[in-house]
Amino acid sequence: MAISQETVEQVASVSEKYKYGFVSDIEADTAPIGLNEDIVRFISAKKEEPEWLLEWRLKAYRHWLTMEEPEWAKVEFPKIDFQDIYYYSAPVQKEKPKSLDEVDPELLEVYKKLGIPLKEQEVLAGVEGAHNVAVDAVFDSVSVATTFRERLEKEGVIFCPISEAVQNHPELVQKYIGSVVPHTDNYYAALNSAVFTDGSFCYIPKGVRCPMELSTYFRINAAQTGQFERTLIIADDESYVSYLEGCTAPMRDENQLHAAVVELVIHKDAEIKYSTVQNWYPGDENGVGGIYNFVTKRAACRGENSKVSWTQVETGSAITWKYPSCILQGDNSVGEFYSIAITNNLQQADTGTKMIHLGKNTSSTIISKGISAGRAQNTYRGLVRMGRKADNARNHTVCDSLLIGDKCGAHTVPYIENQSRTAKIEHEATTSKVSEEQLFYCQQRGLSEEESMALIVNGFCKEVLQKLPMEFAVEAQKLVGISLEGSVG
Amino acid sequence: MLEIKDLHAEVGGKEILKGLNLTINAGEIHAIMGPNGAGKSTLSYVLAGRDGYEVTKGSVLYKGQDLLDFSPDERANMGIFLAFQYPVEIPGVASATFFKTAYNAQRKYRGEQEVDAMEFLKLIREKTNELGIKDDMLKRPVNVGFSGGEKKRNEVLQMALLEPDLMLLDETDSGLDIDALKIAADGVNRLRSPERAGLVITHYQRLLDYIVPDFVHVLADGRIVKSGDKSLALELEEKGYTEMSAA
Ligand SMILES: Nc1ncnc2c1ncn2[C@@H]1O[C@H](COP(=O)(O)OP(=O)(O)OP(=O)(O)O)[C@@H](O)[C@H]1O
Ligand SMILES: [Mg+2]
Repeated sequence: MAISQETVEQVASVSEKYKYGFVSDIEADTAPIGLNEDIVRFISAKKEEPEWLLEWRLKAYRHWLTMEEPEWAKVEFPKIDFQDIYYYSAPVQKEKPKSLDEVDPELLEVYKKLGIPLKEQEVLAGVEGAHNVAVDAVFDSVSVATTFRERLEKEGVIFCPISEAVQNHPELVQKYIGSVVPHTDNYYAALNSAVFTDGSFCYIPKGVRCPMELSTYFRINAAQTGQFERTLIIADDESYVSYLEGCTAPMRDENQLHAAVVELVIHKDAEIKYSTVQNWYPGDENGVGGIYNFVTKRAACRGENSKVSWTQVETGSAITWKYPSCILQGDNSVGEFYSIAITNNLQQADTGTKMIHLGKNTSSTIISKGISAGRAQNTYRGLVRMGRKADNARNHTVCDSLLIGDKCGAHTVPYIENQSRTAKIEHEATTSKVSEEQLFYCQQRGLSEEESMALIVNGFCKEVLQKLPMEFAVEAQKLVGISLEGSVG
Repeated sequence: MLEIKDLHAEVGGKEILKGLNLTINAGEIHAIMGPNGAGKSTLSYVLAGRDGYEVTKGSVLYKGQDLLDFSPDERANMGIFLAFQYPVEIPGVASATFFKTAYNAQRKYRGEQEVDAMEFLKLIREKTNELGIKDDMLKRPVNVGFSGGEKKRNEVLQMALLEPDLMLLDETDSGLDIDALKIAADGVNRLRSPERAGLVITHYQRLLDYIVPDFVHVLADGRIVKSGDKSLALELEEKGYTEMSAA
């Protein structure tokens, strides 16, 4: 009690100190610790944002103040002190390792297992000066990277940091930001709206099929993703894009709390395929030091025949709280959610999706594969809502849980709300265990216990792994094995 | 190659093997017959190192080493292959993937270069052709939805691929039609060589017409109670275990 009181006072005094004169001091590289309106103004000023955006942030901030942290998820963690977080710091790098020799050998071991080329390992591990080298390594030469960008530009595809889009395409950003996930949506989304610092922006113009997976490019930049990321992707009529987020290599991050917002807007006859591999630091075997990953992801299928497909492989973070959702507004629109969530040791995941059927003949598919090992808890939470006008809407849900050992838990929490008389909803759920017999069979063929486990679990996840773009799928498969290390024997 | 001395083993706290002695030299094929529940599968699991099959007494030497010191995968990599009485299903894992993973694991253990998908496909096609097994099985998940006979063929295919030094076949002939029986026997006979050995568990002397054993043993109540040559199998078939053990 005494301590928290003291903290509160300290925080109060600090923010007091900065109340005046601080905003003008935008030369500062880091905003003082804690959150208040001045901090929000500071971030906006730093980014040289237009007035409307600052107003939007402030609205979000004020709303956030009135909200309570959600407690319904089946996750447990100490209360987060939101005044004990730095909300803005310029990307000043800490002392970087000079070479891979100085990098945590455990991390390197994982890179090796993933088969990541040496040059890329350097980038991921943040080795000094590695960035340019890696661009060369990945793209062959800088000119290839430029070619990529030129190709995108030629097609009219806009793909840039969201802060850049605010400057160069303010009309698009203003039109769409917060239109799928309003600033009032939930506690973390409100916080994100107030303080987001960067993220990606992508616009695919009418009739354009994005000529490449927006992946490799992103992968390199992934090393700098922030704590409050904001992503906005718009697919105009008859367009298509496949977007890859994240990275199979474990990412260390000093920030414990990650609260990203991703908004997708899909117009008539357009499609977005959004794939995620999330492998943030899960903490040690005792769960110490892991990332809290509280993400809001939502897609609005606005036009007729629009389609969105979320595929996620969630293996990292101490706590994952995430429900990529689809609002199926346009008639005949399609929403898909394919998920693999692996929890080991003390990890907790509460993840799933929401399929909101509004238009006629809308259809959705949910395939969720939850794997728990160690003392981990894994919850699938899914909502299927059929609106009054969702004539002949269909949903099919398959929800499979796999348990490794007997100290972990798997939970399935489906919510079904049906207001349509013609809608069809199917839900299947299974829970199984990796059997000793299966492990022995594999081992008898020469596979180690861990290889056997990886193989069996990959088999369990197959339907979802197949949905990933090829290059990602191979790595994700290896990742599945790696995340389960220590779960056997 | 294999020297089992006074082997006692327990499963679930119950003693199943009660002082079993058996020596198999390189180049030999031994058949084991015996009533249900005698401990034949238990013997094969103990040799393969399955969890829960606890050796309480005795020793097993394989190629001069104490076999009991090694984990199941090490034993597999040292050349011991067990064709299961009840092959196990692994949903979602294509047979070809499983075979390749196993093949490469064993190559790696021996310090050999792993083979890529193309090379492997060529190799496995050779084996399926030799054994008259349809290729479409390779795409299906391991043993899932396979008929009893198909599962057994699948075991033989893996054995042909992995070319073990010591083949343990646990009732591989049970449930096989006559053509498949010949294929299975063919699989074993192809591997027969002065450097290899085999232990064939069966209830039917018919198999031994195709895989002609050097020795036949009767396992009853956890021990080898009688040994002889191929004629012992014929005799058993005539008289049954009860009369034989009475004799
Ligand atoms: N987990 C267990 N707990 C207790 N008893 C077991 C266990 N597993 C096997 N047994 C027993 O061990 C004995 C030997 O079984 P085993 O499978 O080795 O017989 P078998 O000779 O292979 O028989 P079959 O010809 O029917 O295949 C049987 O009586 C069986 O019930
Ligand atoms: Mg048996």
